Amino acid sequence: MKANTKSGKLSGFSERTSDIILVVICAVILLIVAYPLYYVLVASVSDPYDVYAGKTFLLPSQFTLDGYKSVFADPNILTGILNSFKYTIVGTVFSVIVLYLAAYPLSVKDLPGRKFLSIFFIVTMYFGGGLVPTYLIVKDTGLINNMWALFLPGGVAVGNMIIVRNFFENSIPKEMIEAAEIDGASKWTTFIRIVVPLSRSIMAVMVVFSMVAYWNDWFTSMIYLPSPEKAPLPLVLRNILIKSSASASQASTVSGGYAELNKMTEMIKFSSIIIAAAPMLVIYPFVQKYFEKGFMAGAVKG
Amino acid sequence: MKNQKSAVALQGRPLKKRLLDNWQLYAMLLIPIVLTIIYKYLPMYGIQIAFRDYKASRGMFGSEWVGLKWFERFFSAPTCVRMLKNTILLSFYSLLWSFPIPIILALMLNQVRFQRFKRTTQTVLYAPHFISTMVICGMIRIFLSPSGGLINLLLGSSVDFLTESSAFRTIYIASGIWQDAGWGIIVYMATLSNVDTSLYEAAKVDGASLFQRILHIDIPELRSIMVLNLIMSAGGLMNVGFEKVWLLQTDLNKATSDVIAVYVYQQGIENAKYSYSTAVGLFNTAVNIVLLIAVNKIASKISEDTSFV
Repeated sequence: MKANTKSGKLSGFSERTSDIILVVICAVILLIVAYPLYYVLVASVSDPYDVYAGKTFLLPSQFTLDGYKSVFADPNILTGILNSFKYTIVGTVFSVIVLYLAAYPLSVKDLPGRKFLSIFFIVTMYFGGGLVPTYLIVKDTGLINNMWALFLPGGVAVGNMIIVRNFFENSIPKEMIEAAEIDGASKWTTFIRIVVPLSRSIMAVMVVFSMVAYWNDWFTSMIYLPSPEKAPLPLVLRNILIKSSASASQASTVSGGYAELNKMTEMIKFSSIIIAAAPMLVIYPFVQKYFEKGFMAGAVKG
Repeated sequence: MKNQKSAVALQGRPLKKRLLDNWQLYAMLLIPIVLTIIYKYLPMYGIQIAFRDYKASRGMFGSEWVGLKWFERFFSAPTCVRMLKNTILLSFYSLLWSFPIPIILALMLNQVRFQRFKRTTQTVLYAPHFISTMVICGMIRIFLSPSGGLINLLLGSSVDFLTESSAFRTIYIASGIWQDAGWGIIVYMATLSNVDTSLYEAAKVDGASLFQRILHIDIPELRSIMVLNLIMSAGGLMNVGFEKVWLLQTDLNKATSDVIAVYVYQQGIENAKYSYSTAVGLFNTAVNIVLLIAVNKIASKISEDTSFV
């Protein structure tokens, strides 16, 4: 009896110890992941000389919004932001529609040819034509410098389609669909009136995935949209972040000479990183709780 | 019973009637199918330009056959061996480091009992996954800058890491882990959420420590998904992502950063050597397929053996 309570106490103690150890480790990992982003945020509102002197590890120094002002004064970056918004919105609407158009028929168990059609799509997940043959087809279909070159060649996002298809199969009650069809609803009406409204959660996830993909993409634009005025934000940022060169338009707006221009370029680096990263970082937590469900549904029978 | 009956009734109907009944579903598939044929299957068919001498005037399917000319040229290119080696080593080391980390993270996080804290940790861990490679590489360049970059400030040094070819792989892999390890835990967390909690309780009663519970309850639960993930990543061993390597490459770190994906882009898009670039890309894919089959064989062998233990 006595021994029993003792061991109970002991294990209770070790439970608490392991809880504390776990939380401490997780907190350290949190810090490692979050700190670089925090550091950029602080640097974006600090004087660049102080940033490079190591005075902004924790808090901003000589608080200023000049970096953000010059970002929004730069016509190239502004065009980039507008382009990115346009591509993200049009691309997301288009991709999610195509995704749904493919996923629903393939979720209908008694559709003749369903298996063949599924394989037809899934093959493209594993094999592709590669960079150049795809490029040549896009070129031959007249899409160079056309916004649709960003959306059409992607076709159906097969991985996401499988997730949506499995969601339809597992989470939408068959009885509802059968009842609607007995009442004389066509397949299309059932899809629009029942399936689409009942799949809002998975649609939210797909919308976010699609938005993130289009907002962050620059490679597709780099090869298919060579005109500089069509470049999305990340591609515009390439000159600033990777090549580290101030654009001519910036040089002409700065009056303080080379040193001032240099300072401005450094400030723009930090603030443009925040501007490019912020929209998606704000959005994803809203659908986070559906991620795990969605991934599970997709993993069940991929 | 009722279900069986309706299934029989469905099977019994003539195919023509079933096709007609479903015409709206086939109509829905029209756009996805057309897009897939044009932009996925046609390029696959177009791979044949790897064996042709592509001329724009004669098109993808009408240019002259040249056999293995482009492959021979690639194998005799001075940087061929270096690129092959860099490609394989970069993804092998990546796999080695970035495969176990999400599993360890998920196992730990799954044992955290404060739901609020767990949730917040997950949210923060996912964050870097939603940032563009361009921005990530911009941050890497800023942090590694020899004058006033965060890393040099912390180390009190002034090393230009991106000009050191010995540092390239570390930079690539460490930043990759920072960006995607958090996202990688999702599938493991989802699997672990299926574990019956009464198992933990029973183990506690038996006096199992936290570590023992993880070892004997959680890890067996994750085994099949771990093997699956390993096979998938090993099969993509030659698929070094173009974007990050290209953005982090400098003239001075090419000894380790020169990889096939970048070469395919430079030859194909920048230099418009369409046939040559396609041939190099095809070779890359072929190696991948061989690897995938080999890893698959090994994995099924191992799981057979361990099932007897």
